[in-house]
Amino acid sequence: MSTLAGLLRLTRPPLGRLALAVTLGAVAVLTGVGLMTLAGYLISRCAEQPPVLSLTVAIVGVRAFGISRPIARYAYRLVSHDLALRSLAGTRAAAVRSLAGRLPDRTGTDRDGDLLSRLVGDVDAVQDLYLRGLIPPLVALASGAVSVTVAAVLLPAAGVVLAAGLVAGGVLVPMLAAALTRSTASRRVTVRAELTTELVDVLRGAPELVVLGADGAAVERIERLDAEVTRLGRRDARAGGMIEGLSVLVAGLTTAGVLAVSVWATADHRLDRVLVAALTLLAAAAFEAVAPLPPAALTLRATLESARRVLEIGATPPSVSDPAHPVPPPGAGPVVLDAVGLEPQDADGWGLHDVDLTLTPGDRVALVGRSGSGKTTLAELLVRFLDPDAGRVLVAGTDARELAQHAVRQRISLDGQDAYLFATSIRENVRLARPDAEEGAVEEALRRARLGEWMSGLPQGADTLVGEDGAAVSGGERRRLALARALLADAPVLVLDEPTAHVDRPTATELVQDVLAAAPDRTVLLITHREDEARLTERVMRLRRGRITPG
Amino acid sequence: MRALDRRLLARARSIRVALGVDVALGLAATGLLIAQAVIVATLVVVAFDGGRPGEVWPLLAALAVVVAARAALSGATETIGRHAACRVMSDLRLALVASRLTGGAPASPPDDEVGSGEIATAAVAGVDALEVYLARYLPQVVLSVTVPVAVLATALVLDPTSAAIMLVTLPVIPVFLALVGSSAGTRARERWEALARLSDHVLDVLRGMPTLRAYNRGDAQADLVAQSGERYRQGTMQVLRLSFLSGAVLDLAATLGTALVAVTVGVRLIGGGLTLRAGLVVLLLTPELYAPLRALGTLFHASTDGLAAAGRILDVLEAGSSPPAGEGDPGSWQLVELAGVTVEHPDRGGAALRDVDIELVRGEVVVLTGPSGAGKSTAAALLLGLRRPDAGAVLVDGRDLATLDVREWRRRIGWLPQRPTMFRGTVRENIALGDPAASAERVAAAAELAGVGDVVAELPRGYDTVIGPGGRGLSAGEQRRIALARALLPEPELLVLDEPFAHLDRESTVVVARAIARVAPGRAVLVIDHDAQLLTVPHRTVELPRVPATQPVHSVAAVAAVAP
Repeated sequence: MSTLAGLLRLTRPPLGRLALAVTLGAVAVLTGVGLMTLAGYLISRCAEQPPVLSLTVAIVGVRAFGISRPIARYAYRLVSHDLALRSLAGTRAAAVRSLAGRLPDRTGTDRDGDLLSRLVGDVDAVQDLYLRGLIPPLVALASGAVSVTVAAVLLPAAGVVLAAGLVAGGVLVPMLAAALTRSTASRRVTVRAELTTELVDVLRGAPELVVLGADGAAVERIERLDAEVTRLGRRDARAGGMIEGLSVLVAGLTTAGVLAVSVWATADHRLDRVLVAALTLLAAAAFEAVAPLPPAALTLRATLESARRVLEIGATPPSVSDPAHPVPPPGAGPVVLDAVGLEPQDADGWGLHDVDLTLTPGDRVALVGRSGSGKTTLAELLVRFLDPDAGRVLVAGTDARELAQHAVRQRISLDGQDAYLFATSIRENVRLARPDAEEGAVEEALRRARLGEWMSGLPQGADTLVGEDGAAVSGGERRRLALARALLADAPVLVLDEPTAHVDRPTATELVQDVLAAAPDRTVLLITHREDEARLTERVMRLRRGRITPG
Repeated sequence: MRALDRRLLARARSIRVALGVDVALGLAATGLLIAQAVIVATLVVVAFDGGRPGEVWPLLAALAVVVAARAALSGATETIGRHAACRVMSDLRLALVASRLTGGAPASPPDDEVGSGEIATAAVAGVDALEVYLARYLPQVVLSVTVPVAVLATALVLDPTSAAIMLVTLPVIPVFLALVGSSAGTRARERWEALARLSDHVLDVLRGMPTLRAYNRGDAQADLVAQSGERYRQGTMQVLRLSFLSGAVLDLAATLGTALVAVTVGVRLIGGGLTLRAGLVVLLLTPELYAPLRALGTLFHASTDGLAAAGRILDVLEAGSSPPAGEGDPGSWQLVELAGVTVEHPDRGGAALRDVDIELVRGEVVVLTGPSGAGKSTAAALLLGLRRPDAGAVLVDGRDLATLDVREWRRRIGWLPQRPTMFRGTVRENIALGDPAASAERVAAAAELAGVGDVVAELPRGYDTVIGPGGRGLSAGEQRRIALARALLPEPELLVLDEPFAHLDRESTVVVARAIARVAPGRAVLVIDHDAQLLTVPHRTVELPRVPATQPVHSVAAVAAVAP
């Protein structure tokens, strides 16, 4: 419930639209109820062979309900979907906005972007919460209240039976459904994730497993997980079947119950005999409103879980935040790491210890270290994706924590090892570093990154699309595009984190030489694990187990 | 509408059982529906005629029984359908694994990561979508035929006039089907694709967020995402306005049909031409004429995902086939050769290798060079028994590899693939993949030999560091050296190294070249590389020419060369 409330706060659905959707839904159900009730009455009354004229109202009523019901239902579906799509758009933007202050994630739990893709799925699931978890129960509540009132006015006992039946079908059965799936829901998610990982391993690495004779063990692991997934699936199937059967049973027995009390009331002359069919049909039609609730309850836990994960993003504090009163950006000056320390986030990292590093304007420094030595963490400190636990990062003498984040990043550009290419054109990928840059400046940056020749060979030049995550460009071109971006940003300090990570050796050397040549007047910190590249700079520092040593 | 996927039917026996049960349950449910209407109508008439409670009890009991039976039937249909879905997906998953592992011959290099991830996700999450198809859609197909027929037949017996009215309204059904199947359906699918694109866009932004943040563009992107969400909503609503019409048309037919039947039945009741009981039964059944089709349309859209998931896996299954393995013991061998082998490459409409001869003697290092696309990796796959030649043979001491126990043969081989896979697990597990019982000392020795020992030593958790999907990232060069350690650990008699120097810096290249020199004596080593200069051991170079699409190329010349 708190998840739903949190989500409503996050997405702020327009209440007027929500009320409209619920009203239309209730009208759609109630016109159906009205149609069947009136039709039952009409037929029974006709069997008494009255003058036809006395039936005019009933006949007109039947036709009116018959025409208005499809219209109301059509409108209901449109308005409710519109509401869901609006809230989906709102949730998406809110999620991106809160992640904008939290990525890169220093815990490193999402090295393959797996969590992110799950998050996008979670955001999409929010739509489901509106269409299945929020609007239908409100529709059931509104239409159920009206149906019960009408039944009670005609025959109080029928009202009581119908109310009991609707509560059983719309509240108790859904609660049972939620309870039945509660115990398996989280286990199911875990086992499925494990099975997916194992399957990916086998699909990717099948030839190696076969050649090494390790295929038997892999098959065994998959069979075990598959059996578990199947077992949980069957448990859910039994729960689903039970809930489905119970829903049909409750609806049928309620109709039978209303029919029974009506029959007795007629025998006692408490009820006009022409109303027996009307009440029975009313009860049957009223169940249309509660029918969607039990199946929704079966999947509600998973959907709520999705919503909870979306809300969680906003709940964790961002790694850095702007000071209340940022100091104005300082003039030119060195960038200094002053006795900086950072606790490791998990057992896979060393953290940083007592790191001193001074980059004076025009410096060309290489920082060499192996995987896991803390190189990337250091780069992230420099552009203030992180704040140090000990010591200070000084930008021209000012502590970076006293500056606005964007002021730090205007001075220090990071071309990270995960430098990302967006699924758009070459031009837009470079331009994002400085959206107001003139066309000539973009071309100039591309040329200085030595992409001019490559681009003139492309049929669409700078307007060529790079594909999903730059899939359509080679590793070398990708790095050069990232470099062009950093050159366009025109920050006086350039931090390059593993600029040659996915590039072949000859290309790598050439690339580093080009970087140094393309930014003759800037401070460059080259972070790398390749000794031969480091030798191309003026000064080499080494990072080992989170500690720095001059090389 | 797409009917049942035949390949799915052919593969999974449990579906056929489920189908049979669906038909039987559907027929029973239809009968019960009619029975319920008759009992309810009879009860109303008894009350109408002032009947005594004594007459009512047996009827009420019968009604309760029918209701209970209907409940049991729908519960059973759901359970059986979903059980079948679990079974089908399990069958498909295991078949997928079996075809990848025992099919032996992945025609192409291992699937890229994105493709593998997508198939794996389809194989696990697809079960949800397939449940809708098997547990709801298929039974509904049966009901959407049996129920309207039964309703019409009952009406025809009780009140032919109402049956005629129903028949007049029936033409809306083809209209409905046309709406579902035609432009509205297509455009609805386009919207789903648009949603997928939008999700991709959000994912794109999130993955690139560190880059955006570095350039102070994070918040601006959030606004763009909101704008594209709004555009998506407008486009989708336009389509929904049309596609919801199909449902509205059926609703209109159902309610107007009911209203018409009610009024005309009433008029004939006044005239005395019809009994109240017959009139009530017909009225109760009229909405049921349309309800099953209405549900079918909804379920059709919901189940397309499940069929797509199953179809995706079936596509992969069809691609692989496994030749029967031989049983001969390779024994202690001295010479392995590719003898006049040709491997067709169906995708390129030509051959990957044409009439190639390569000899490899124990104690010898052979470097295989040639332009990319010349079939160097294919030659390796032939030696490993991962592929069989379309012509010629792989001979081990003159015996055809196809007649030998390929598992026994592979036990003698260490292979460094062009793109090695890091499996999810620790560094130790990854190196000891071929011999999980290997001691820590042997793992460390293999790592040292491959020049990756220092790298591992610098990791806080050393050999217990988890790598692979979701684990610590290693550079491409580090991954290659871990894979080299993996290939060296079992002390193989034949080493096949596909580009061992790729992604290595100068220092690491020296280490790897030294490792090859150290293990070479007494073994046969095949090194695939563009650049044989990096090797320090004496070796023989074989150059594969580029294979033209159509023209045959004769066997290649072996060029003797000795390293400095």
